[in-house]
Amino acid sequence: MNLLEIKQIRKGYNGHQVLKDVSLSVKEGEILSIIGPSGSGKSTLLRCACMLEEVDQGEILYMGEAVSARTNRKISKTEKKSDALFGLVFQNFNLFPHYTVMQNIIDAPISVQKRKKEEVYKEAKELLMQMGLQEKEKAYPYQLSGGQKQRVAIARALAMKPKVLFFDEPTSALDPELTAEVLKVIRTLAEKKITMVIVTHEMGFAKEISDRIIFMENGWIEVEGTPEQVFKTEHFRMKEFLKGYAK
Amino acid sequence: MTFTEIILQLMPGIGRSILIFFFTLVFSIPLGFLIAFGRMSGCHIVRILFKGYISLMRGTPLMLQLLVVYFGPYFIFGITITDSYRLYAVLLAFSINYAAYFAEIYRGGIASIEEGQYEAAKLLGYSKGQTFFKIILPQVIKRILPAVTNEVITLVKDTSLSFAIAYGEMFTMTKAMAASQRNMLPFVAAGIFYYIFNLIVAVVMEQTEKKLSYYR
Repeated sequence: MNLLEIKQIRKGYNGHQVLKDVSLSVKEGEILSIIGPSGSGKSTLLRCACMLEEVDQGEILYMGEAVSARTNRKISKTEKKSDALFGLVFQNFNLFPHYTVMQNIIDAPISVQKRKKEEVYKEAKELLMQMGLQEKEKAYPYQLSGGQKQRVAIARALAMKPKVLFFDEPTSALDPELTAEVLKVIRTLAEKKITMVIVTHEMGFAKEISDRIIFMENGWIEVEGTPEQVFKTEHFRMKEFLKGYAK
Repeated sequence: MTFTEIILQLMPGIGRSILIFFFTLVFSIPLGFLIAFGRMSGCHIVRILFKGYISLMRGTPLMLQLLVVYFGPYFIFGITITDSYRLYAVLLAFSINYAAYFAEIYRGGIASIEEGQYEAAKLLGYSKGQTFFKIILPQVIKRILPAVTNEVITLVKDTSLSFAIAYGEMFTMTKAMAASQRNMLPFVAAGIFYYIFNLIVAVVMEQTEKKLSYYR
């Protein structure tokens, strides 16, 4: 079964159709990248999948079931302890400034998922190690670089043990050096077969890491396929788009 | 009369001034949140209602509001006003007035929190209550503290408006004493009292701000 199934969703704002009949599915362990020009609907698609935006039409199913917007869990499931279905890494991090790095990571698993403090703390330590931030446990977000903040945000999302992790242009706010830091971390997640959907402008990275790539324009999925297929496509707009990056 | 004697005689008034100050804050600080939520309500009618309330409270003199609260029960309902009602009238008038000002400060503070904080909290599964109390409120408090300090300092001085209904706090007593003793010194004592009171308020608030400066 597909982990995530998006069926013919439409979304518009004030009469402007941002998503026009978009369908896609994500299998467990798959890494999907979404590329395309600004305003093509990539971020809106991601925000709809995360329930941050309500779709006008269509369905979004996780493991075959609809999801409650507030709880990030399946509607039919009442059990509080379950892992999250999805996590999101934002372009501008959105860390909680009044919490330390550690608190940012452990608070939701403890107070939302009601997991044991010691267990969550131990996992958070491991996550920080994995992110190369073991020294920063007690730091506050304002004391970190952009790349470090984004790595904390990734750790925070992973601590909820989501079935799928979304990235909304995770490196757009970072300079090339910090971008490399963050991409390195995402690569290690790829090696661990964590299911990821990544909206990105890093073409080389998308090509290298993805199992599948989607090219969007004007609210449609224009091209879809393996990196080889997509980057060799004869699709006119896609070629134009890639030319912009080759320069 | 020596200065010390004046101070000693004014002591009960000082106590009452502090009482007004303290209880006005106790009532108006939480009430302000209620009004702020009403003012930000999704329901159009509720929003208009609270907007009107704030507008009225800020648009008319506190002294006038105090007189209305004090004399209103007699003029409107013919209820005899008792002596003990003076304090309640002061606390009621001050609380509903200050709550309106606090509400506007809170509203500004809440609106200044980035949408991303709500989105991150939602993604992590926090309930609406958890989001407000754990994520939003602590940041709001830090941001509104300077504005709240301003209001609190004004309140210290506004307690003297109780003079209008002859509630025997610091200012009422000072005025009476100056008149009966034909002496200027009670006014000096009052001035020193209000000044020191506000100095303490300023220091306490500054310390609180420092305590919250562990993050940005």
